[in-house]
Amino acid sequence: MANKSVWSDNRFWQRSAAWVTGFASVLLIWLTFDTSAQISMGNDADLQNGVTKRVPGPTVINYKITYEMSQKRGHEVPIIGGNDGKGMSLFQEKETFFGRDDWSEEEAAELLHLGKLGTQAKNCMNCHTLLGNGAYYAPDLTKAWLDPAWGPNGSMQAMTGKDTKEEAMAEFLQHPSQYPTHERMMPNLGITAEEAKGIVAFLKHMSSIDTNGFPRNFAKIQGAVHGK
Amino acid sequence: MASNHLTGIGSESKQLATWYFTFAAILFGAQLLFGLVAAIQYVMPGFLFEVLDFSVARMLHINALVVWMVFAMFGAVYWLLPDETGIETVGIKIGKLLYWIFVAAIAVVVLVYLFIQVGPADETTIWFIQEGREYIEAPRWADFGIVVVALGFVGNLFLTGMKGKRSGIVTVLMADMIAFAGLYLAGMFFTDNISVDQYWWWWVIHLWVEATWEVYVGSIAAYGLITMIGAHRKTVEMWLWIEVAMLFGSGILGLGHHYFWIGTPEYWWEIGALFSALEPLPLVAMFIHVLYDWGKTQGAEMNAEHTDEDNVRSVIKNKPAFTWFVLNAFGNFLGAGIWGFFHTLPQVNLYTHGTQFTSAHGHLAFFGAYATILVGMMYIAIQGTNGIKVMKHTKSSIWAVSMITGGVVGMTVALTIAGYVQVLVSRAQMGATWAAYFDGQSGMWFAQAMDWRLIMGAVTFIGFLLLAKDFLSTGKNPVHER
Repeated sequence: MANKSVWSDNRFWQRSAAWVTGFASVLLIWLTFDTSAQISMGNDADLQNGVTKRVPGPTVINYKITYEMSQKRGHEVPIIGGNDGKGMSLFQEKETFFGRDDWSEEEAAELLHLGKLGTQAKNCMNCHTLLGNGAYYAPDLTKAWLDPAWGPNGSMQAMTGKDTKEEAMAEFLQHPSQYPTHERMMPNLGITAEEAKGIVAFLKHMSSIDTNGFPRNFAKIQGAVHGK
Repeated sequence: MASNHLTGIGSESKQLATWYFTFAAILFGAQLLFGLVAAIQYVMPGFLFEVLDFSVARMLHINALVVWMVFAMFGAVYWLLPDETGIETVGIKIGKLLYWIFVAAIAVVVLVYLFIQVGPADETTIWFIQEGREYIEAPRWADFGIVVVALGFVGNLFLTGMKGKRSGIVTVLMADMIAFAGLYLAGMFFTDNISVDQYWWWWVIHLWVEATWEVYVGSIAAYGLITMIGAHRKTVEMWLWIEVAMLFGSGILGLGHHYFWIGTPEYWWEIGALFSALEPLPLVAMFIHVLYDWGKTQGAEMNAEHTDEDNVRSVIKNKPAFTWFVLNAFGNFLGAGIWGFFHTLPQVNLYTHGTQFTSAHGHLAFFGAYATILVGMMYIAIQGTNGIKVMKHTKSSIWAVSMITGGVVGMTVALTIAGYVQVLVSRAQMGATWAAYFDGQSGMWFAQAMDWRLIMGAVTFIGFLLLAKDFLSTGKNPVHER
């Protein structure tokens, strides 16, 4: 090897690999600190004081949640307790959840804890997707709480014979194979009434998470495929 | 250490490697079986309903996948360590003990998955049944077991690397495997915050399959090229370092493409898009590297022989293994690179996220990037343990590789079409509701794609049976040069 070039020098590439890896890792760790702060769960005081958090506190279940276009951000965002007209939450309009709109911070947190454990213990993610992640055998649950099918005139609420969205969802979760919507059914997973309540609270909370506009146009277009 | 490349006789490390490969091959079969169950359920939803539901079959399908690959990865390292370092693996007795602990733990986990399936919504389920987090569902007691086994393995690797001759390949493996084991810790805690949950969950999944596992594949490809075609170590190791720089340079921050929609800030759109768009580049480099080295050594051989072209010997010392390695170069680029790039930009991913597109990519990428090269390593082990100088293809090895590859490519095409239907009907047209989801699923294109996926899955499984037959019989086949 008469003429040595740096480009064919193993040590040069070894050092490059180390530097590149180190640099990327440090950047990732730095971004992780920033992101962790931004996605930490809010609390009841935030909701009372009108502070918008990407992941609101558990007492968000006391509020009405919608998913509306924000002109400023160019996509839909969760709106909690009413829209100020510019795509920001007002945190005013309440909504009862299992008959109450005054769940305390402890009670709501306990429900959410039970619900999150429930989604893992029942392995929801290996049929459904949550925040778009999971299996693709059943519908995405990211904004399931806002699905019109569970609403006042929705087919799912009508099918279960319940008067509210949360009761309809809880009933379905406890006896899914009694309410077949399609040939592909949800199996009975032994979900108790209390667990179902927790899981519905989890779903309502998840619908309030700011997912940067995913899914797009949720429930905005009905039955377009059949030309209705 | 060229002399003991081809002989596994007498090395305890290589013996342990064959144990790892054997169990990996069994789990590979289990992966395909449970995949078939899940594929049948798409076509006939009543199949095994409330007996072995889709969620259970699918969990076993992907867990068997991850675990067989980890087993084969450990096995491949135990196989190459004596060649690369020139010494017997340090602490091999502990390595063997840990192997049995690992196998026993997996047997228990699988039985619990199969017969208990789900539990009440409390911590006992997380500790003893399953954690309900895709890919890393293993209950927490098993998490600790996995950490102990992985630490033992990394310990063996480090002690051997420090005591023996530390080649470039071993150095890369040492750095890579400690990151691989350490990252598992990021997936071992429970939180009520689903965004935080998925943030760290991706640290394990993404930084495994799109960073540390890819670097691992680079090292194994380097070892394979030296072993099978006598490629020049200095060139191969230089490529390896370039690949490490490119893989980690793009893959670590490419993690951002999982942070578009899980509650994390918008800046991940730009970071994720930019770095994950670069992820295919090292895969192109690896592809070129394999073919270039093959052509170069074969060319040198032809020049050296100075005979007429018909008598030029092939430089390939293990035909079936080399076939799988070349498939790896193609499959990694196509499955991980192209199919990944399809839906990595946020503008596209907004509609493709959580559809069969992901599953199309998953099938071709896991197969192309990992299954291929690990099967190749199994052939290298068969060659070594049977004292074969030049290993040839057999009828079943050719049918196996053709059917498995054809089957996986067929499944990928079918799932890609299904993904298009979902994106157009369920997402773009109807806005992702429950009704939108089922309208997409009942579409003719979707339904037929699922039929084809099942057929192609069956083809893959038959290919696997032939592969198993070849694994069991080819070692004694008189066709090879000894």
